[in-house]
Amino acid sequence: MVEIVAKSAVDGLVPLEIGAQKLTEAKLGPLTSLMAYNGAEAGLAKALETAHGMALPGPNRATGKDGARAIWFGRGQVVLAGPEPVADLAEYAAVVDQSDAWACVELSGPKAEAVLARLVPLDLRAAHFKRGHTARTQIQHVNASVTRIGADRFLLMVFRSMAATLVHDLSQAMTTVAARG
Amino acid sequence: MRIECPICGSRDRREFYYQGAAVAVARPAPDAGAEAWDDYVHLRDNPAGWHDELWHHEAGCGAWVVVTRNLTTHEIRDVQLAQSVKEASA
Repeated sequence: MVEIVAKSAVDGLVPLEIGAQKLTEAKLGPLTSLMAYNGAEAGLAKALETAHGMALPGPNRATGKDGARAIWFGRGQVVLAGPEPVADLAEYAAVVDQSDAWACVELSGPKAEAVLARLVPLDLRAAHFKRGHTARTQIQHVNASVTRIGADRFLLMVFRSMAATLVHDLSQAMTTVAARG
Repeated sequence: MRIECPICGSRDRREFYYQGAAVAVARPAPDAGAEAWDDYVHLRDNPAGWHDELWHHEAGCGAWVVVTRNLTTHEIRDVQLAQSVKEASA
């Protein structure tokens, strides 16, 4: 029999610490995409609030906290990160397990913004991109989800196949930022 | 160039992919005849001025948008979800 071993997408790539910035795996738990059926958004919002205690995030927003988040993930799409979804949600939305499809890392440090400024075509400074804000955008050339989860902490998600590229691009930017002191 | 996505807000052009003139939102009926279909599939205007075109926000929210852009200056006058344009013309 072949023995199959569960392996994280960023296994062996992180943690990294370069200068004052750290890159670690974000262990989010199960990831579930929720796409509300036509006209069922209000029902989904209510079911999500009742079952998981989180509001349904609108575009460019994330709700919840460490361990249980709902992150806007595209047009009409939200990803539930952490809790196993209750069955009720399937009444209002297409509920799809995405757990192993994404590579999830956390970038933290006083100059995390400066690192991302080298890679992301968006203004991620705190004045424009506050805690609870999220964006679908690119990190270098890789399609990604970027969410601010703290004053100097960002959650970054890319397709699993892009894990090594993501860590490579981030480590280069972290090195350059560190070199500038 | 920046495009104002109706969902995400103002974004860099690199997040979008160009999908041609916005004819796909006005697809002829299956029995519209050879001339209408020839026009839909093959014939395009090439105006030196305002042009309705489809862009796909592929590195963002995934929406398809109709962008009204001036081909000589790249000025963008209007951006709407392709869905809204389609519904408005239905």
